Amino acid sequence: MNITRRRMLVLLPAAAVAWKYVLAGTPEASPNYQMTEHWWAMLIDITKCIGCGSCVRACQLENHVPDGYFRTWVERYHIEDWQMEYPKVDSPDGGKNGFPAAKETGGKNFFVPKLCNHCADSPCTQVCPVGATFVSPDGVVLVDQKYCLGCRYCVQACPYGCRFINPQTQTANKCTLCYHRITKGLTTACCEVCPTGSRQLANLKDPKDPIHEFLRTHSVQVLKPYLATRSKTFYYGLDGAVR
Amino acid sequence: MKAFKDSGHLFRVAAVFLVGFIAFMVLRNLLVPRSFGRYGHYRADAIAEIAALPVSYAGHQACETCHSDIVDVKNKGMHKGVACESCHGPQAKHVDDPGSVVPDKLDTSMLCPRCHQANLAKPKSFPQVDAVEHSGGAACNTCHQPHTPAIGAGGSQ
Repeated sequence: MNITRRRMLVLLPAAAVAWKYVLAGTPEASPNYQMTEHWWAMLIDITKCIGCGSCVRACQLENHVPDGYFRTWVERYHIEDWQMEYPKVDSPDGGKNGFPAAKETGGKNFFVPKLCNHCADSPCTQVCPVGATFVSPDGVVLVDQKYCLGCRYCVQACPYGCRFINPQTQTANKCTLCYHRITKGLTTACCEVCPTGSRQLANLKDPKDPIHEFLRTHSVQVLKPYLATRSKTFYYGLDGAVR
Repeated sequence: MKAFKDSGHLFRVAAVFLVGFIAFMVLRNLLVPRSFGRYGHYRADAIAEIAALPVSYAGHQACETCHSDIVDVKNKGMHKGVACESCHGPQAKHVDDPGSVVPDKLDTSMLCPRCHQANLAKPKSFPQVDAVEHSGGAACNTCHQPHTPAIGAGGSQ
């Protein structure tokens, strides 16, 4: 084939257009969502949690979590007096169906909802031997279900006990912060159904997000701060006895 | 070709290494996914795959586009901040096809105590009752209208 000047002039723009598509790669599922504009976190107000278990049920329905496994769960703490080292903790079926009436009347009782802390320096992603789990550019710890071997390293590495092996797929599973929802402009399933607003999804990169005002004016903690995981699940009203 | 004396074996070994290297590069190119390493040591396409999963909970904004009458009633009462799907369950299928997928009727005697059954661990300011003692087993909506729960608050739904 002889390439004439005329043919070359036609081919070049066509090639340029084609190259643009090659560079673009896989199209995003949510065209308006910009990863660079988000840094996801969650705020949990313990003083508002009523232990109804709505979040646990919603998470299981939204994410098809098998029975007996939890991406989020609620714990009930009972602390007699000064024995902070020995709190009594129960979480019947992850708190999915609420909690039976407390027997102990003395001391204090409260609920603590738990989920993946979406650490910025997450211990779980560092141990994966195949690059199947990672912190996404918008700050969510995710598992690539096609790459995971099910070796359980990450399950052991998580200091918060937030991972499990899904018995159906034999791969590591965990809270995705409802990544399929938050990238579509919805909130997470647990935040959506929380009747008291105890859980709130937050985008730390958005200066207008109400979390900034809350963090500036309240005493907030993360779980196990001494592990320096840079957890992004912030607790308001957290008791020192909570692990 | 004679670079220096008896150098032929060096070129043969170099050829073996070159073939091995090319084979490695070809295999690596075939086996490593295109998006691996775009953002870090993982497959970047996994992010889009997770983001593309379907939702079950439609979100209260979707409910409110059609059921604005109930939103008006709900906004007058204590359940203002409670999202529709907190009680009614996941309704994304109903949103997609409102005609044929009809949400279940709810059993208030089972549903309301999930939040309002008295428990010492609940915040003191949260309204709590012992369901059996409070109503003697009668359904909660005999007296309370779930969307505006205070008695006499004027809701009919």
